[in-house]
Amino acid sequence: MENLNLVLPEIFISLSIMFLLVLGVFKKNSSKITFNLSLFAILITAIITINETFSVSRETLFNESVVIDSMSSLMKIITLIGGFLVLVISSSYLKTFKIYNIEYPVLILSSILGMMVMISSNDLIVFYMGLELQSLALYVLATYNRDQLKSSEAGLKYFVLSALSSGLLLYGCSLVYGFSGSTNFDIISNQLNSNEYVLTFGIVFILVGLAFKISAVPFHMWAPDVYEGSPTTVTLFFTMVPKIAALTVFIRFLYVPFLNLIDQWQMIIIFLSITSMVFGAVAAIGQTNVKRLIAYSSIGHIGYTLAGLATGSNEGIQSSIIYISIYVVMNLALFSCLLMLRRNDHYYEDIEDLSGLSKNHPLLSLCLLVILFSLAGIPPLAGFFAKFYVFKAVLEQSMFFLAIVGLLSTVVAAFYYLRIIKIIYFDKEKDKYDTDHSLWLKFSLSVSTILILLYFIFPSQLIEVVSRINII
Amino acid sequence: MNFPILSSLILLPTVGALFLFFTKDKEGNNSTAKYVALFTTIVNFLISIYLWISFDQSTSNFQFVEDRTWIEGFINYKVGVDGISILFIILTTFITPLCIISVNNSVKNRLRDFLIAILIMESFMIGVFCALDLVVFYLFFEAGLIPMFLIIGIWGGPKRVYSAFKFFLYTLLGSVLMLVAIISIYWIAGTTDVIQLYELGIDSKYQNLLWLAFFSSFAVKTPMWPVHTWLPDAHVEAPTAGSVLLAAILLKMAGYGFIRFSLGLFPVASEVFTPLIYTLSVIAIIFTSFIALMQEDMKKLIAYSSVAHMGFVTLGIFTLQQQGIEGSIIQMISHGLVSAALFLCVGVVYDRMHSRMIHSYGGIVSIIPKYSILFMLFTLAALGLPGTSGFIGEFLILMGAFKDNFLVAVIASLGVILGAAYMLWLYKRVVFGKLVNEDLKKMFDLNRSEYLILSCLAVPTLFFGFYPDPLINTIEVSVTDLINMHNTNIASK
Repeated sequence: MENLNLVLPEIFISLSIMFLLVLGVFKKNSSKITFNLSLFAILITAIITINETFSVSRETLFNESVVIDSMSSLMKIITLIGGFLVLVISSSYLKTFKIYNIEYPVLILSSILGMMVMISSNDLIVFYMGLELQSLALYVLATYNRDQLKSSEAGLKYFVLSALSSGLLLYGCSLVYGFSGSTNFDIISNQLNSNEYVLTFGIVFILVGLAFKISAVPFHMWAPDVYEGSPTTVTLFFTMVPKIAALTVFIRFLYVPFLNLIDQWQMIIIFLSITSMVFGAVAAIGQTNVKRLIAYSSIGHIGYTLAGLATGSNEGIQSSIIYISIYVVMNLALFSCLLMLRRNDHYYEDIEDLSGLSKNHPLLSLCLLVILFSLAGIPPLAGFFAKFYVFKAVLEQSMFFLAIVGLLSTVVAAFYYLRIIKIIYFDKEKDKYDTDHSLWLKFSLSVSTILILLYFIFPSQLIEVVSRINII
Repeated sequence: MNFPILSSLILLPTVGALFLFFTKDKEGNNSTAKYVALFTTIVNFLISIYLWISFDQSTSNFQFVEDRTWIEGFINYKVGVDGISILFIILTTFITPLCIISVNNSVKNRLRDFLIAILIMESFMIGVFCALDLVVFYLFFEAGLIPMFLIIGIWGGPKRVYSAFKFFLYTLLGSVLMLVAIISIYWIAGTTDVIQLYELGIDSKYQNLLWLAFFSSFAVKTPMWPVHTWLPDAHVEAPTAGSVLLAAILLKMAGYGFIRFSLGLFPVASEVFTPLIYTLSVIAIIFTSFIALMQEDMKKLIAYSSVAHMGFVTLGIFTLQQQGIEGSIIQMISHGLVSAALFLCVGVVYDRMHSRMIHSYGGIVSIIPKYSILFMLFTLAALGLPGTSGFIGEFLILMGAFKDNFLVAVIASLGVILGAAYMLWLYKRVVFGKLVNEDLKKMFDLNRSEYLILSCLAVPTLFFGFYPDPLINTIEVSVTDLINMHNTNIASK
């Protein structure tokens, strides 16, 4: 008999989705209660995850198609926290647009469920199932503000391109299955040996599909449009949560089934990493919309995360995970600021709207200052340490070219972050924005900013948690 | 010594800044904020004086060392001072209160924010000079960019945005390569602790590349020709207090870095690249002196003179002679005092006339005599007149240079003449001559705070000019040991 306790979080969250759906359909005006209950459900899931799986070093279930190890439990917890925070700061935004409906939390929960399945997957089919579940939920979320043209466009674009990438991914999976005779990662790993070059095709297809999901260059085209068009809270969700799951799967694919073929995929990852870092930095310079800018900056940040993966070492993986965790916090803080730019029920998202913010909103500007310098990777803020660990791992493998290109692109990236700071601090002020923000929004902004600011005092804790992850 | 005196030096200004952050910001009247800031920095100065008094001059070992685990098994938070760094710490704590007194006249809006930026800046600057771990050093070194960027950008002149960006990006570009080098050192030697690295030494086959990476950062910060172009822009646009901090302390971080890291960690490479440094230094001395001659803007002129003076400093450091290095350190301290004073002098007339152009002045000696006397003192100190601290530094540097390379020393000596030319010409055009501009008659002489600041700077300039022993005694043993260590390293490889 399988130890179902290990998948209790997934079971619980599926049950809650069904319950909430039924509740929402049968009870009138149940938006508020659905929101609160789903928050509660995420919280409980997180607690179960910590209780049941955090101490497990490695267990497999269901014919070894699901794996519970320290990486999966850590990433699930980050996913759940991310989902919780997105949901909690969404409400006032959704109310403004009159889309405060029961579907929103249910969709978020289902995509989280999909991600959790992805994170734990140890089998091509389980992985694909999770991926599609989260993707389908995300398509709908992107179009969630359906009365707005841009939102519908974003959803459609995302759907078409994402479906294409899923197709490629599936084709890659079938090739790999054809050559190895199994869908299980561990068996594939044993079957594969580096002589079979046709297999490279399978790997490339899978990597292309995954690169699309994390929007690494050159498979990033959807990201700016989708990020700009989707409702801001959904964009926040896009930039944080699916990336965590996709990154985990990326790690799992590279380091479990394909570890023996490292010579063949390493160059691909280095290429993806360098192009993402450089393109993300250069393309963001000309942007005028904050959400588009964040899209390009997230492309750049994914490049740094991939740099850690390209190393082929445990330190590299750990540094990538540290990077993505810190990035999630910075992103949350940045979006909290963006959600505060509201005047008379209108949300502002152009960079120009930040002009002279420091005169009227000194505290908000200070937070933005900290966040932007952190995103630019200036010490002593958290963003610096994220980059520091990645480059430490990269240099350990003597990949000097990657490290130098990466660090030089941080200088280019610093330029556009500085441009925003310039607009906030050096330019003429505009009208005041509203200050009656929800408590949760203020909470998430202040907590994440303080984490960014004071990370340097306790840098060891995060490393300690992450250092339990040993995939290789 | 159990009390963490260095950490408290680093932290105190930040605590003061935090305190300021929570004070009420009243429009028009910010005297409370100013007194808080002033009090913090003066206490800091007193602590640093206490540090100097209790400093043991007879040893080159690092003193007041604090060593705490920071990132488990990787980086230790390690600070300490030796004879070289202690002087820079005192310079920092001495200049900062003067900057804060000077803001009265130059900074009109958001005074409280300005003071917070200056205080945080002070923390970072002190941190740079005490750090004994490469990563900790890098952290402080880079973090200083943030407050300086804001100081130039928010309170600067009309072209402030351009200058702030240029300052930030130039310095960042230089520094990222240093970060690569620091991490590489960790993989090569297994530690980033400077004291351990001094003992272990770094494999000479890596030294050249690492040296170049550090050089790229320090050369921008020094600034050396041809990457000096950010400095005149930054100086011209920064508010007076910002210029003072920039000239007096920020530039010294690089000179300090050259001594502590380039010489100390990479002795073989330092030997190899000495011709490069000599060439760049000599070009900086001669070329920027000529540029300084042509300047119409007083701040720009002084900025170019800083580049020339820092050229002497880098020249002196890489003579690898006792006199050369001691001269460089004294030159840096002296330049810290003198350039700060000169920028403040420009600030004084700028606050009254709102012009930095040389041609809008002339003949002010009879209108503001006190100012003219002090300005003259600092002009003479800048050109290295015997009896001022500038002389001691330049003299020792040239002495070291003559020992090492005759040709370079001769050319550099020509720079002294050029220095005298542009400084005296500046003084002549601003202070003497015919009084053409009628508006100048309305100028009033130094007020109390300006008088106080300039005299505070004049006293050590003269004192160390006549009696440099306190400075030389402090650095002597450390420099001797540095050179001995260098020579044994060269001999063994």
